[in-house]
Amino acid sequence: MTKQILEHAAANGLLNRRHLLKLGVASIGTAVSASALGAESSLNFSLPSWSRQPGANASGYGERSPHTDFMQRMAGTPNPTYPGGGASRTPLQHLQGTITPNSLHFERHHAGVPAIDPAGHTLVINGLVRQPLAFRYEDLLKYPMISRIHFLECSGNSGALIRGTNGGTAQSLHGLVSCAEWTGIALSTLLDEAGVAPQAQWLAAVGADAASMGRSVPINKAMDDVMVALYQNGEPLRPEQGYPMRLFVPGWEGNISVKWLTQLKLTREAGQFRDETSKYTDTQADRSSLQFTFPMGVKSLITSPSGEMSLAQQGLYQVTGIAWSGNGTIRRVEVSADGGNTWADALIESQVHDRALTRFRIPWQWQGGTAVLMSRATDSAGNVQPTLQSLMARQGSINTYHNNAMQRWAVSQAGEISNDYA
Amino acid sequence: MTMRKKMTRLLLIVGSWSVLSSCIAQDQAMNLGIPVSESDLQALDLVAPPDGTGFPEGSGTAQQGRAVFNTQCAACHAADGTGTSGATVIVGGDMQSDEAPLRTVGSYWPHASTLFDYIRRAMPANAPKSLNDEEVYQVVAYVLYLNGIVDQDAVIDKAALMAIEMPNADGFIDVSQRQ
Ligand code: HEC
Repeated sequence: MTKQILEHAAANGLLNRRHLLKLGVASIGTAVSASALGAESSLNFSLPSWSRQPGANASGYGERSPHTDFMQRMAGTPNPTYPGGGASRTPLQHLQGTITPNSLHFERHHAGVPAIDPAGHTLVINGLVRQPLAFRYEDLLKYPMISRIHFLECSGNSGALIRGTNGGTAQSLHGLVSCAEWTGIALSTLLDEAGVAPQAQWLAAVGADAASMGRSVPINKAMDDVMVALYQNGEPLRPEQGYPMRLFVPGWEGNISVKWLTQLKLTREAGQFRDETSKYTDTQADRSSLQFTFPMGVKSLITSPSGEMSLAQQGLYQVTGIAWSGNGTIRRVEVSADGGNTWADALIESQVHDRALTRFRIPWQWQGGTAVLMSRATDSAGNVQPTLQSLMARQGSINTYHNNAMQRWAVSQAGEISNDYA
Repeated sequence: MTMRKKMTRLLLIVGSWSVLSSCIAQDQAMNLGIPVSESDLQALDLVAPPDGTGFPEGSGTAQQGRAVFNTQCAACHAADGTGTSGATVIVGGDMQSDEAPLRTVGSYWPHASTLFDYIRRAMPANAPKSLNDEEVYQVVAYVLYLNGIVDQDAVIDKAALMAIEMPNADGFIDVSQRQ
């Protein structure tokens, strides 16, 4: 342990964020889940075997180290009455930085992942336009493109906290959020080419999956910052993310970023599709239901230490996590170690992008007592992340969509971390 | 600058490059969309909203729909529509119940048109788009009948779907322009 005088920033061991830089990583531990390291590592000063023989050749397509194979999406078991339906969740507690690897980006499908041959896929624009148009994939690739880093979050993410949970990890409770660099064509470019009629107020976006997923987008948003995304983190979209193309609607609930996009129909009124009436609508305590609640609220989550990890010994730890908002950039993240009584500002250690995951970090000295770790984000529009209690007081417990409340991670005297809402 | 304005400027630049390189570009836009007519899109366009556009000819009654439902739907939704899992309940519920309300086609859905739109595009889940338009109208009528919204001889067609007032039609607040 260090002999430096550590400046406390909030109760129960939270230190000033500047100590992160001064102390250096050597003196700060990272909590790891039991599964994160296979064998107990030991210092070895003999030359290792991999330094004594040539390694593998360069390869056509890269693979991760077998030592990181435990990082998996968490997918539900297939259900014969819901063919292809379901979700898989990002292992947030194992990742650092802000970009989610494509192979670990969360999924939500309503009728499975279609095996699309791009040569047989068409994107049509019709309805209230001057000229209905059909676009081939190969032609879309010729358009000027834009690249934007944005999070994508399912509006059902974290709904378990409202339904009631039993334990859980960052992944199982909150893993329906990921972040990537999306590259594609500004939707306004294609709409301008078709010529949007003045009466058009909505755009029906339809996918080419077996569910022909349909969602309605207001025309002002469609003309503003929506894109037809073709690439994710530099490579063509993966099939499970909409290959060959998807709508990408920055900051809004994930379902509206329709995958396998095949039709954009300009209309006067919203389509009133099943997934914007029966589902993805928010029933309030008075039994009225809010429809078209699009932006994802300001939110943050401590990813380490988090549910089902344990602290091996007393000492200094980094508390780190992610913050995001569908309404702008992240301006501030505060962390509490005493269940929200006192707060300390965390260091924003990543680049800050509009409507993207942002990484925060703060040092914490655990002295073997109980603690409740929480994080609270504030966005550039001044929105502050609510507690679960205040969110439920406002909207009741029927609606489980759009839960942006703070997660509480309880730390026991033995150093076991668990979901405090269980 | 909005993204749209930026893109327009970018297109101008790209456009002038292609003028230099090929001398055939006439317009600053790419214009690679292939003109089509609405009639070309009839098979592909399944959008059937409450304004009645996009509905095919045809009609059906619940009486006729019973057989379709029992053979094509009941395995997952149960013969009475009460479902075989949380995701497959399509009958029952009461938005004013004391406990958290069961939200189904009958208790929750604001528009009857959505039933036609959704079943035609997505059901039966194991063989979507395998029903013809008549069968879709028939089974829509049957799901409405199971929910006590129409009687079993009512003829359900496009006009009838426009006219049906769903029990929870007034239960929704459109907040799309608030954000
Ligand atoms: C293989 C099982 C299966 C079969 C067969 C099936 N469904 Fe479904 N149905 C589902 C599942 C699963 C869902 C929920 C899908 C989702 O949430 O994405 C669903 C959803 C629905 C819904 C919307 C429910 C809601 O409240 O949002 C309706 C209506 C419906 N089905 C009608 C039918 C009809 C009519 C048939 C027969 C033509 C049929 N289904 C056949 C599995 C099935």
